[in-house]
Amino acid sequence: MDLRSMLEFPAFQNAFLAGTLVAIVAGCVGYFLLLRGLTFAGHALSHVGFAGAAGALLLGVDPIFGLLAFTLLAGIGIGAMGRRPDERDITIGIIMTLMLALGSLFIALYHGYAEQAYSVLFGTVMGISRTDVMVTLVLCMAVLAGLAIFFRMLLFASFDPGVAEARGVPVKLIAMIFMVFVAVTVSLSVQVVGVLLIFTLLVGPAAAAMNLTASPMRALFISVFLAVAYSWLGIYLAIRQDYPVTFCISTLAFIGFLASKMIASPFIRRLLATARPEAPHFHGGERGAA
Amino acid sequence: MNVAAASGISRASGPPGGANREAAGLAVSLENLVYTIGGNRILDGLSGTIVQGEFVTILGPNGAGKSTLLKLLLGLLKPDSGSVRVFGKQPRRGNSDIGYVPQHHVLEIDNALRAQDVVGFGLDGNRWGIALPSRQRGQRIERALADVSARHLKNEPIGHLSGGEQQRILIAQALISNPRMLLLDEPFSNLDLAHEREIVGQISRLARERNITVLLVSHDINPLLTVTNRVLFLSNGRAALGLPDEVINSQTLSRLYNAPVEVARLSGRIFVLGVEI
Repeated sequence: MDLRSMLEFPAFQNAFLAGTLVAIVAGCVGYFLLLRGLTFAGHALSHVGFAGAAGALLLGVDPIFGLLAFTLLAGIGIGAMGRRPDERDITIGIIMTLMLALGSLFIALYHGYAEQAYSVLFGTVMGISRTDVMVTLVLCMAVLAGLAIFFRMLLFASFDPGVAEARGVPVKLIAMIFMVFVAVTVSLSVQVVGVLLIFTLLVGPAAAAMNLTASPMRALFISVFLAVAYSWLGIYLAIRQDYPVTFCISTLAFIGFLASKMIASPFIRRLLATARPEAPHFHGGERGAA
Repeated sequence: MNVAAASGISRASGPPGGANREAAGLAVSLENLVYTIGGNRILDGLSGTIVQGEFVTILGPNGAGKSTLLKLLLGLLKPDSGSVRVFGKQPRRGNSDIGYVPQHHVLEIDNALRAQDVVGFGLDGNRWGIALPSRQRGQRIERALADVSARHLKNEPIGHLSGGEQQRILIAQALISNPRMLLLDEPFSNLDLAHEREIVGQISRLARERNITVLLVSHDINPLLTVTNRVLFLSNGRAALGLPDEVINSQTLSRLYNAPVEVARLSGRIFVLGVEI
């Protein structure tokens, strides 16, 4: 089956639509997640989301609501935690394990389709409804708008919270708002790649992008481009070869990351002669353009 | 608490003659400033003034309140009692008149941002939205980098730079908004002596050219002897503010530390023996 005929099926249309939207948001949020050293928190949120989704199933409610409720709560909690990274990670780790255990309890109590539980863990992009796509669209637009509004302050606060705060940036507030964005992104991404492989879209593309460039705008662009490419290619291959979607996307993300590492390696850089520019030999500082 | 006040400014290098204290305008004014951390009076009734354009080195052992004083001036902390005035007004966060270079661990985000991005934060990192690419913005960033002899590092990832280069970038970030005051908290901790001298020279030159008040926290007065106007020495809640010779002597320091301190002068350098500063 080629791409054109694939796109005639509503189920596949929805898959590509949802996949694209989620990839765009995950590519953007993932960049900041890496910048802020919060990838572990992102990973933890997916496990928290799992408990929420499983709990929702138990209550007979659409899992996305459980995902959003739990991840938002946990996300704001993490954002409010101002502690040192190692202390914070221990707390997050403990809560995350509890959540995973809680989720397994909910699953055990749930007498519905085991398939739904499986799809929360591994992604369910083929089962996404048009309504889900609409919800995803609205939430994606909201997160992207939020990122645009806070862009400069978020970048500054991520790089240097001390100076940023002295310059009037509300660092604590931004930390919490950002975690809200992460919570929503994680909840949406779980639809496509599932809880266990959240890093695929959240970290993979951004990590590759950051290996290739140090310019924020360029890194964001590459991150989004890669995320969307992985999703499209992954869904296409999955339909064609009848492999699980998440497996295809994950493999592509892995290959992409490896490739970026090789391109950025010192060996290649020397080959391309991207040498560091020489300092001009002046005393007492240079005076701008001659 | 005794504050040894200087009468007139004697610049180590630059325009000769004492400037009239009143005419020059006050950059910082402290009156009976008290700040407590966990029951300890870190600053115990600190009073004194700093005139616009002065270069003041802040010395003292760890925990003496040096960083705390900077944060009080920035409005990041509020005094328990007494008053702090910066350019005649209450300190507030986001005051673009003050450039700040806090103590930096080696920057963790190794590849993520370029030098020009970091300098750009000083320009508009605290504004909403996304920066529109503009030639004027680019030129201002380039000029700020040139001021610290770092224009050639514009596109380098900040993590690839040496400690000295990173420090220059951060100073450029603090200066790009044309502040009237520059606060530096131990800017030399990651640097070797040669780089230290280079940066001291750059800071003092830029400060003189633009009449910027500089408050620099350090552990060693020697690299700064030729550029500093006065010294503020903090210890045990007490303080002494005055010319280097007035403050850094056996008598004054022994009083501040409440312990015998010996100050020796050898080949134009000052050595404080018996305690850590």
